[in-house]
Amino acid sequence: MKRFLSLAGIALALVLTGCDEPIPPGRGVYMLMDTSGTYTGELKQAQRIINAILARLDPGDSFAVARIDTGSFSEKDIVAKITFDDRPSMANQQKRKFRQLVDDFVRKVKPAAFTDVTGGVLQAIEYLNEKNPGRKTILIFSDLKEELKKGYKRKNIPLQVDRFSVVALNVTKLRSDNIDPREYMDRLEYWQTRIEEGGGRWRVINDMDRLERVLGD
Amino acid sequence: MQLADAFSLNSPASWVLWFVVLTLAMYFARLPAHRVILTLTRVVYRALRLASRSVLQAAEKLVARNKEVLLAAGREAAERIIEREFERIDAGVRRDLSECPTLNRRLSEQVTKMEEDHDQSKVVPPTPPGWVNAVKAVADIDSKGDPMVAKILESIQTSLVKAQEQARNDYRTATESRHQHLKNMIPAWRKAIQMLGLVDGKVTSLLQRTQIIDRHMDEYENIIKTSDRAERMLSSSSMVQFFISLFVLAIAVGGALINFNLIARPMAEMVGGGNYIGGFKIADIAALVIILVELSMGLFLMESLRITRLFPVIGALSDKMRIRMIWITLTILTSLACVEAGLAYMREILLQDELATSALLRGGEDTAYQVQFQWITTAAQMGMGFVLPFALTFVAIPLETFVHSLRTVMGVGTVGSLRGLAVLLRGIGGTFRYTGKGLVEIYDVVICVPLWLESQVKSHSGGARKPARGQP
Repeated sequence: MKRFLSLAGIALALVLTGCDEPIPPGRGVYMLMDTSGTYTGELKQAQRIINAILARLDPGDSFAVARIDTGSFSEKDIVAKITFDDRPSMANQQKRKFRQLVDDFVRKVKPAAFTDVTGGVLQAIEYLNEKNPGRKTILIFSDLKEELKKGYKRKNIPLQVDRFSVVALNVTKLRSDNIDPREYMDRLEYWQTRIEEGGGRWRVINDMDRLERVLGD
Repeated sequence: MQLADAFSLNSPASWVLWFVVLTLAMYFARLPAHRVILTLTRVVYRALRLASRSVLQAAEKLVARNKEVLLAAGREAAERIIEREFERIDAGVRRDLSECPTLNRRLSEQVTKMEEDHDQSKVVPPTPPGWVNAVKAVADIDSKGDPMVAKILESIQTSLVKAQEQARNDYRTATESRHQHLKNMIPAWRKAIQMLGLVDGKVTSLLQRTQIIDRHMDEYENIIKTSDRAERMLSSSSMVQFFISLFVLAIAVGGALINFNLIARPMAEMVGGGNYIGGFKIADIAALVIILVELSMGLFLMESLRITRLFPVIGALSDKMRIRMIWITLTILTSLACVEAGLAYMREILLQDELATSALLRGGEDTAYQVQFQWITTAAQMGMGFVLPFALTFVAIPLETFVHSLRTVMGVGTVGSLRGLAVLLRGIGGTFRYTGKGLVEIYDVVICVPLWLESQVKSHSGGARKPARGQP
């Protein structure tokens, strides 16, 4: 009813509001999957999340899944990416293929030695800015513990995430966190500060039974 | 420095000093201050009173205009009804009159037949032969024992009896024939009575219709005379029509909503589900446009059929053109209904596909979503997709009523609001007036000490002068 009435008033609304710069429609979701040694066991969980997201995305939306490994600022780390067709029937077929790609990846994935979360986020920003959807969401499926290989420089790189929504999923607590919980809290705070300084919105979702909250609807 | 300290408001003494200074200042400025307060409040009071009067005048003008519009609409409606009644009478009279020659002929035939039967029933039965009396006289002669004469007389008597029997039989036959003719007249009479009853029924119906016209003519005359009774009746009728048409329109909106939901999803397959205009999906807009086009076609169809009169241009078209329009709009409506039925079918297919994909993503099998009696929902959706456009056609009727009654309802509502506003303005004005008087009194309360001193001085210097009002 609401949608019907709003559509009925569309012409009037357009005339009254004028033609301001329109917000592009659609959603863009970029999901980073941590494949470091300690985290590969959690990838089944990631699969569930990906499937839930696929079920909720509409025709015209963009979705990409990438791995976090030693050096994640690379297109090679993108496992699957797609912009769904405008036609719902085609979009459904694309979702099935996408799911198949992710399944294959999870089956064959090998643990990475290092965890370059920042590189992955930078790659996500680049991808989503290129697609320019109405709502940009970066999902980080990781414990957020960054471990960089010697020589990789990621410190003090500002993250330009203006109007981005960044969601940390399933942030597991490490053994060291149990010894000193401040490490866990510091880690979350560190990422929150980085995202919010970049103009983004930061959220943490650890309850995987509420996957509908993932896209912030 | 000490003077500055005294006025610095840091001590109770400075507060008292300030109070004394201000009281004195207010005492000396009393008359001009009163005048200013009263003038200002009076200005506001007068302005609001004037505004209230203007609003009331506007309300009165609106009342007159409403009456004018209401009576004009009522006159038009009454003319329409009377015109229609006359058309009915005209059609009835034409039909009855066209049957008159036949009826007349049939009645004449019946009458002729009855006359013939009547004439035939009048035929006098045959009289007995004239010689019988003579023979009877001879037969009565005494034979006086003569066997010859007796034999002759016996023979004559036998002949006489035979002749009498013959005559009686002839008479009976003739009488029976007359009765038969009279009997033949009965169905003719019945038929004639039946025909006359038919005529009577038609004349009675015509008389009843004329009574209806008389009633409408009375109403029409009342409207022409612009009587208050006519205005009240029309106003009340408009209110009732407004709410009824609003109710029916709400039902129609529900129908349109269902229609929209039926076609919005499959429309994405045609125009794309990811394209937007002004934040709204093109598929939704396209579905809405289809429904609006159907509504427009329905309006035009009803106009062409002269059921509604929203567009005088269509009503004024020649009959030939109107009939063409009827066919064109009906064809477009049927095409759109077929499109909707197809889209409803497509919707079902898409729904199944989506359910299958969701099931797969949830970890189930990649099988199509199947339900045993699924064809029922598919057929129902297709049926609704086909029927709803035609059902929405009839929205034109309540819409016309709504539009016409809306003017009256809005007029009455606006008059009520204007009168309420006038009362409010008047009330606010009165409040300002009495607030001014109240402020003057409060002013005097503040400077009551100097005023009391003044009255004391005046009473001492004036001797036996009458004390000022409010003074002991």
